[in-house]
Amino acid sequence: MNQIPEIFRVVPVNHFVILASILFSIGILGVLTRRNAIIIFMSIELMLNSVNLLFVAFSTYKSDPAGQVFVFFIMAIAAAEVAVGLAIIVMIYRRIRSTDVSILNNLKG
Amino acid sequence: MEKLIAIIPALPFLGFVLNGLGVGKLSKGLAGGIGALASLAAFVVSILVLFQFKSGDGQAVVVNLWTWMSSSSWKIDFSFHVDQLTLIMLMVVTGVGFLIHVFSIGYMHEDEGFGKFFSFLNLFLFSMLVLVLGGNLLMTFIGWEGVGLCSFLLIGFWNKNEAFNEAAKKAFVMNRIGDLGFLAGIFLILFRFGTCQYTELVQALGAIETVNDPYLVWTGICFFIGAMGKSAQLPLFTWLPDAMAGPTPVSALIHAATMVTSGIYLVIRMNALYATIPDVQEFILWIGMATALIGALIGTSQNDIKKVLAYSTVSQLGFMFVALGVGAYTAALFHVITHAFFKALLFLGAGSVIHGLHEEQDIRKMGGLKKALPITYITFLVANLAIAGIPPFSGFFSKDEILAHTFASNKVAYIILAIIAGITAFYMFRLLFLVFFNEYRGKLSAEKIHEAPASMSIPLIILAVLSAVGGFIGLPEVFHFPHLLGDFLAPVLQPAKSFANTHSLSHTISHSEEWMVMGASVVISLIGIGIAYSMYISKKLVPSEEAPVGFFHKLTSNKFYVDEIYDAIIVKPINLISGIFAILIDILMINLFVEAVGILTKGLSMGLKTSQSGRVTGYAFLMFCSILAFAVFYLFKVF
Repeated sequence: MNQIPEIFRVVPVNHFVILASILFSIGILGVLTRRNAIIIFMSIELMLNSVNLLFVAFSTYKSDPAGQVFVFFIMAIAAAEVAVGLAIIVMIYRRIRSTDVSILNNLKG
Repeated sequence: MEKLIAIIPALPFLGFVLNGLGVGKLSKGLAGGIGALASLAAFVVSILVLFQFKSGDGQAVVVNLWTWMSSSSWKIDFSFHVDQLTLIMLMVVTGVGFLIHVFSIGYMHEDEGFGKFFSFLNLFLFSMLVLVLGGNLLMTFIGWEGVGLCSFLLIGFWNKNEAFNEAAKKAFVMNRIGDLGFLAGIFLILFRFGTCQYTELVQALGAIETVNDPYLVWTGICFFIGAMGKSAQLPLFTWLPDAMAGPTPVSALIHAATMVTSGIYLVIRMNALYATIPDVQEFILWIGMATALIGALIGTSQNDIKKVLAYSTVSQLGFMFVALGVGAYTAALFHVITHAFFKALLFLGAGSVIHGLHEEQDIRKMGGLKKALPITYITFLVANLAIAGIPPFSGFFSKDEILAHTFASNKVAYIILAIIAGITAFYMFRLLFLVFFNEYRGKLSAEKIHEAPASMSIPLIILAVLSAVGGFIGLPEVFHFPHLLGDFLAPVLQPAKSFANTHSLSHTISHSEEWMVMGASVVISLIGIGIAYSMYISKKLVPSEEAPVGFFHKLTSNKFYVDEIYDAIIVKPINLISGIFAILIDILMINLFVEAVGILTKGLSMGLKTSQSGRVTGYAFLMFCSILAFAVFYLFKVF
């Protein structure tokens, strides 16, 4: 991969950066403002994928495959994390019959 | 041989572990069997070591197990040291120890703490063996502390009785005072000589030329304070009579035969040191003398059978220290041996009487037990003759040797000591007459009084034989027989002897004087016995129940008010000061400070706890902000 394929040069790298930033911010906003656990979870996935996008973009423009390898790992780990996270949400739902995280305030000091 | 030596203390330790882990699980027969067998095995191994040692060249054998601790300038090994002195102590400790274990099987048979008793007894034997086998002062100190602990545990063995617990605490505290002296002595030795290994110390001390070097004087006094505590010398003797709260076999083993003689062992072990400081020897002489006198005087007016024997022990220990004070180390050790025999016998005999009379200890409620307890009577009589110093019983030879050496070095001391010997004969025969002669004064019916079982009477008989013939290991010079003990012990005492010879400190007496001393001590003993006979047999006097009359009688029956004096000058002021400090320091300063810290922490946490809202999104926001802050910090180094 010595050279960047012609097709990518059409889109400049800062477009990727801006897109990723927008996605990441949407994710953060989702996490901070939504109360439904599943939506929070989706927002976290969004943040994760925005980072992945950035990885791939930089990897391409630097002609370095390491970033793409990273993305594969992150996706594999994220899949496992989704399984665990959804299982937790299912357990929470069974217990309190809701996925509203504002009810889960037992850790209050 | 090295392996055998290491096995000796390991055997009682094994017994302790087995009995200690098996408390309540092992049957009484098994627990007693393990205890007695462990001590018997230690005795047998000690004999084997003795024979192997005798076939060797007579040099001390040092068994180095491992290095215990080391620093740049000194190193202390975990080592055992076997020489003639150690071997004699081994024989006494394991031999008498075994007999007392066997006696205890019978004596403690009814007791619910049987297994506990034997595990403690074995632990004591282990500690005592470490004490006498220790290859350096610190090893001896381990054993020294160990026997103190076991003494504490066994005095307070019947721990449901509050008075017995007090006695145990008293013994422990008084011993601690002595232990501090011992420890200070070890530090002084380490500081000066850089070693506390006995073999190296003997060489280092042998090189000393000055007499009464001030540094060594203080070292010697420190060690003697240790010996004072353990061997119940004035002013630290009051714990020993109180220690009679323990079961009688314990009194026989720990507070008569073995542990209380470890002070004498220590001084003999350090003879190379004491030979160079005659001033301290003089001090030891007079302390021993005062103790012997006070013990004997108090012994004349006690009415508890064990208390009489306890004060007698104090007095006899005083005799041994007098011997040490005049440099007669052999005589002191000789008396340790014979005293171990006859005093253990006396205590076991007393135990047999107490057992036969169902826990009666008051001699006013005894009398006429000669017929009911024949074996006990005969063995007790033998022990009495031995302690009173009637030839040819063992006590005569050892006491006579002490008297002869005292005569040689200090005539005044000799006269006082001879009178004390007479008092000894008096109070011992007073005890004998009151317990075994005349009519029975107690309330038990004749059938209820029973002679001891075989497990108790056989040790009595063996000890009686030893008390009778034990003196022949050290016959006086005038008989022209070899002094077996003296010859055997000579290599250990070589440093002291050579120092005394070079500085002309040794004393000798002629044969005619020796005959005179011997004759005088027999006559004085007979006078003491005669007075006791006329008072308690002819006139049939019995100590009255009423309060004592007369100044002297009041003084002795109240034990010279020593406990009261200690209470007034030490215990009460300490209590007062503690009370003041409790209010001033503890309540006013420490409590307030500690509470202020608590209040501060509480207030802070009350404020901070509002941040723990429990809202998940709040936490997430905080996390996001923190990460952002860190990122900004690392990327732009803004803060």
